[in-house]
Amino acid sequence: MLAILLATIVLHLTDLIILFISTCANAWRTDGVANYDLWYDCTQRNGGYNCRGTNDADWLQAVQALMVLATIFCLISFIFFLCQLFTLVKGGRFFFTAVFQVLASLFVMSGAIIYTVMSPEWKNENDTYGYAFVLAWLAFPLTLISGFIYIVLRKKE
Amino acid sequence: MLSVLALTSVVLLGIASQITAIVVYTSWERHALVGSDVRLSCSFFSWQWTSPDVTFSWQYRPDGAKEGISIFHYGGGAAYVDNKGPFRDRLEFVGNPSRRDGSILIKNLDFSDNGTFTCDAKNPPDIVGRPSSVRLLVFEKVNLTSQCSFSGICRLGWEEKMRTFPVPVQAGVVTGAIIGVVLGLLILIVAIYYLMRFLVARRVFSLSMSKHGKKGKGKEGSQQKQVLAVTDPVKLKAAASEKKKQESRREKK
Repeated sequence: MLAILLATIVLHLTDLIILFISTCANAWRTDGVANYDLWYDCTQRNGGYNCRGTNDADWLQAVQALMVLATIFCLISFIFFLCQLFTLVKGGRFFFTAVFQVLASLFVMSGAIIYTVMSPEWKNENDTYGYAFVLAWLAFPLTLISGFIYIVLRKKE
Repeated sequence: MLSVLALTSVVLLGIASQITAIVVYTSWERHALVGSDVRLSCSFFSWQWTSPDVTFSWQYRPDGAKEGISIFHYGGGAAYVDNKGPFRDRLEFVGNPSRRDGSILIKNLDFSDNGTFTCDAKNPPDIVGRPSSVRLLVFEKVNLTSQCSFSGICRLGWEEKMRTFPVPVQAGVVTGAIIGVVLGLLILIVAIYYLMRFLVARRVFSLSMSKHGKKGKGKEGSQQKQVLAVTDPVKLKAAASEKKKQESRREKK
């Protein structure tokens, strides 16, 4: 029992950390030297910075919002889990935790899909995807699995 | 002494002309306004003297096209301009071949003239060389703007209006809107949930009130709290402590 509980907590914390890094690190796209995207897209030219704003990219703002929301929901679900762990009736399911975790996974999936679909016209020819993008796609199945575990998990003595 | 030097230099020149190739020069990029004229310059460097059979050729490749078409040729002392293609009646030869200048003038520019112009010059017998390209960018009226961001980084630039764009959304508006709406909905749902619970509890309370009859209005508050405790298992502990407080109060009375 304790092993399952610990594993669930570890999985949830891993999800939270991955989501935090993916949202906060400005590294969804890289050209080998510098990292771009999600929050700013600046290149250094002639000693100064030339930044591309998100004015022309509404979809990028949507991705920002979805990633922030996913992180917030994952955090809320973790807090709910800790609350429900002590206050839930014996045999009850972690309903609220599961709902928030599944919502978080849906948000991160939407954000990653939107970025994947729209970024080819936004990025330069030689750019590749950065580690934050990979982490976002990794966070989606992990949070979904975590959410399903909470749906199935029951509180025992 | 001097004659020896002159002889050496001529011999060296002769050798060098066998080794180096002709080098064609053009600009890298030219910007021009719609409706204006642009002069595309082309020159070359060659170790040979400028021959009377020198030739200049200009090719035009539109943006996005794979192949280019020939639009100008100078050879045999005569200039031949485009009389069938996109530049007919708009092309003029303004160069001076004897001074190694093969420039052309394009008049009345249009957006469809955006593309790459390639100049190829040959100076017989020096004919081995690479042509050089110049990119032409045609703009509408330009306004000088400066944009200073939050962090104080200012970018001075040209506002290029190639075609009409839709009004861009300010940075962060969409982000804030999505986050605000979703969190607002969440808070709304939670508030409605607790409101429903409260209302259901009140309805149950009014039913139990009619059952128990007149047990004293002083116990209204405690009964309400007791009913809430029954319907909400999460607040068991809190309700239990409340019960104890009220019982102690009643005992004191």
